[in-house]
Amino acid sequence: MDFRLNEEQQMLQDTVARLVRGEYSFEKRLEYSESELGFSADFWKQLGELGLTAVPFPEELGGFGGSGVEVQSVMTELGRGLCIEPYLQSIVLGGGLISQAGNGQQHEQWLGGIASGEMRAAVGLQEPQSFYDLNDVETRAEKSGNGYVLNGRKAVVIGGHCADVLVVSARTSGDSRDANGISLFLISSDAEGLERRIYPTIDGTKGCDLFLNNVKLSSNALLGEEGKAAEVIEYQAGRAIAALCGEAVGAMEVACDLTLEYLKQRKQFGVPIGKFQVLQHRMVDMMSELEQARSMAILAASVADEPQSDERRRILAAAKNVIGRSGQFISEQGIQSHGGIGMTWEYNFAHYAKRLIMINHQLGDDDFHLERYAALLQ
Amino acid sequence: MNLNYTAEELAFRDEVRAFLDNKLPADIAAKVKGFRRLSKEDHQRWQKILSAQGWYATHWPEEYGGVKWTPVQKHIWDEESCRYGVPRSVPFGVNMVAPVIIKFGNEEQKQKYLPRILSGEDWWCQGYSEPGAGSDLASLKTRAVREGDYYIVNGQKTWTTLGQHANMIFCLVRTNTEVKAQEGISFLLIDMNNPGITVRPIITLDGEHEVNEVFFEDVKVPVENLVGEEDKGWTYAKYLLTYERTGLAGIGLSKAALSHLKQLASRRLKNGKPLIEDAAFSQRIAQVEIDLMAAGISNLRIIASVEGGGMPGAESSMLKVRGTEIRQTINDLARRAIGPYAIPFVEEELDLNYDGEFLSDENAAPLAAQYFNNRKLSIFGGSNEIQKNIVSKMILGL
Repeated sequence: MDFRLNEEQQMLQDTVARLVRGEYSFEKRLEYSESELGFSADFWKQLGELGLTAVPFPEELGGFGGSGVEVQSVMTELGRGLCIEPYLQSIVLGGGLISQAGNGQQHEQWLGGIASGEMRAAVGLQEPQSFYDLNDVETRAEKSGNGYVLNGRKAVVIGGHCADVLVVSARTSGDSRDANGISLFLISSDAEGLERRIYPTIDGTKGCDLFLNNVKLSSNALLGEEGKAAEVIEYQAGRAIAALCGEAVGAMEVACDLTLEYLKQRKQFGVPIGKFQVLQHRMVDMMSELEQARSMAILAASVADEPQSDERRRILAAAKNVIGRSGQFISEQGIQSHGGIGMTWEYNFAHYAKRLIMINHQLGDDDFHLERYAALLQ
Repeated sequence: MNLNYTAEELAFRDEVRAFLDNKLPADIAAKVKGFRRLSKEDHQRWQKILSAQGWYATHWPEEYGGVKWTPVQKHIWDEESCRYGVPRSVPFGVNMVAPVIIKFGNEEQKQKYLPRILSGEDWWCQGYSEPGAGSDLASLKTRAVREGDYYIVNGQKTWTTLGQHANMIFCLVRTNTEVKAQEGISFLLIDMNNPGITVRPIITLDGEHEVNEVFFEDVKVPVENLVGEEDKGWTYAKYLLTYERTGLAGIGLSKAALSHLKQLASRRLKNGKPLIEDAAFSQRIAQVEIDLMAAGISNLRIIASVEGGGMPGAESSMLKVRGTEIRQTINDLARRAIGPYAIPFVEEELDLNYDGEFLSDENAAPLAAQYFNNRKLSIFGGSNEIQKNIVSKMILGL
């Protein structure tokens, strides 16, 4: 048994690490975050030029044919740098859904551009009433002539404000929350009847809600088999969970490093505060949480691209539950260990804390995944 | 044993309710209940109404314009205030510096400052913490050197809450470097309009401007602004901190936040049903409600013992720890209740006059920010670690 990355995987992670170190200071991130695009177009381009946006795609698209481990290596470093580029949305989720469900023509139309970073995808899988249940779909797609007409609303589409193509779920049959009857559609960002309400997010990126008002689509906008998208969505959400675990571990590593450094350098009562046992034990607890999260991230990465099974479902639910809890623990206890300074905008710790808490709100929080896991108990 | 209010106390509660029904401005209550930020003007408008009623200064003797309430009456006021959405009085003047001036100040200081606190003419802020002196407050370095009829003050204060609105600051300053840290500290009242004072905002993680740094560069402070004796400021500071600590448990605020959470969870959906009907989530709410019930009774036990003539002691430290943990748990649940909608930060919806469509829920916009902002509860007013030190030392003798 060997938990280490192989040489190629290590090189990949080092490449991302170097790029992030060179390009992504905390100050620059604040600038990127406040820009209209909401991230760095230049950094995104560099990810593309180095082939990093193509990691999970097959070699003929310029990719590595990478699996969960490679994607997680990239995400870990993006997490360490607190990068706000839409890698998860465009490459892992958007690219993943199109790869798995798309036909040859759709692959040709979109995947090359997504893999190179020249095009960006975003995914609309949630709705205002859905909470974290991706089968809770009320947006309707009605057959009309040769195509479809879509009506409804998709919630919290991160990166949706600047995507060239949106992958959205809509119901072609069945009742809300039925797994059967959900279909996926590709919608071009300039489609008529598509409106967005754009907002910044609390963790420094941008997103939008999508309002679909009689959006007319041709039949080749249907991605995959009509009414059978639930399985595809679940599978790709699983890959994204493994990727998010990587991002979370990267962010937790830095959050722990920052806290440890602070405990050593901050003096009160004449000694570094790290001399106080209550803070020592808390720091140890934070590191233990990080280790738990690392272990589950590795496990999640190992099953991310395996065929679907209850075992894969269990592992991914467990992993998301663990990183949700450890991320919250490290955020809260890290702020507490810092005192007031840990709550300021000017110091990077708070931004790591905000990202970690919000990772828990993406693709289901620890409660949601605990429930999922419980339902799959053997 | 009798856990009920007396007939007089019930009558007082009715009086409080009648007052709040008639006099509390609806827009201010709506802001408080919806966790919106209050403006300086909101605070001042409400203070005038309270002062006119004679209910602003609940810790002061009547001779200075205070109201003589028993601890139970204060508690009833606190409970009803939170329920109605009364803004918390900005405590630095009325509840912090005033008790110090009343106990340790001279007659001139009482005559000069107390009426101006009552009328709202002065807005006070607190100059305690420094970049190098947080939990170890006694290590503060801001210097005040006596030169003739003035102290010349140099140094820096930090975490100065609402200092951007203040025209007065009470400061702990070092007047003697030759003695033990606690013995060389003095308590100065400083006019913020003095030349040499600079206030710089500290923006917190939720993007808010609530706290500040205050810099002092050769600031001339008349010696008559010294409270009590030189080098005895630590005693006064500790006296003030006991006032700060009572009420930090925020039981009433937690009750208000809990009722807000339940309403929110009744509106949000999970599996097509209100979230509050979800077994796991309703148990989480139940658990924090139970903990709050216990803390509420602990609070009343402290109040009853104070009613019997005692000073709140280290018990209030335990209550501060528990109370702040409970409020943070409620904030955590409120953030969780809105699911994916915790992620958007829809600033325009924080404005009470916002008349557009709400992205998700009318009260969703402040929830994630509030969760982050209230991490401060376990840090300020003596961090929870410091409170535990107090308990282990004062009660347990460890």
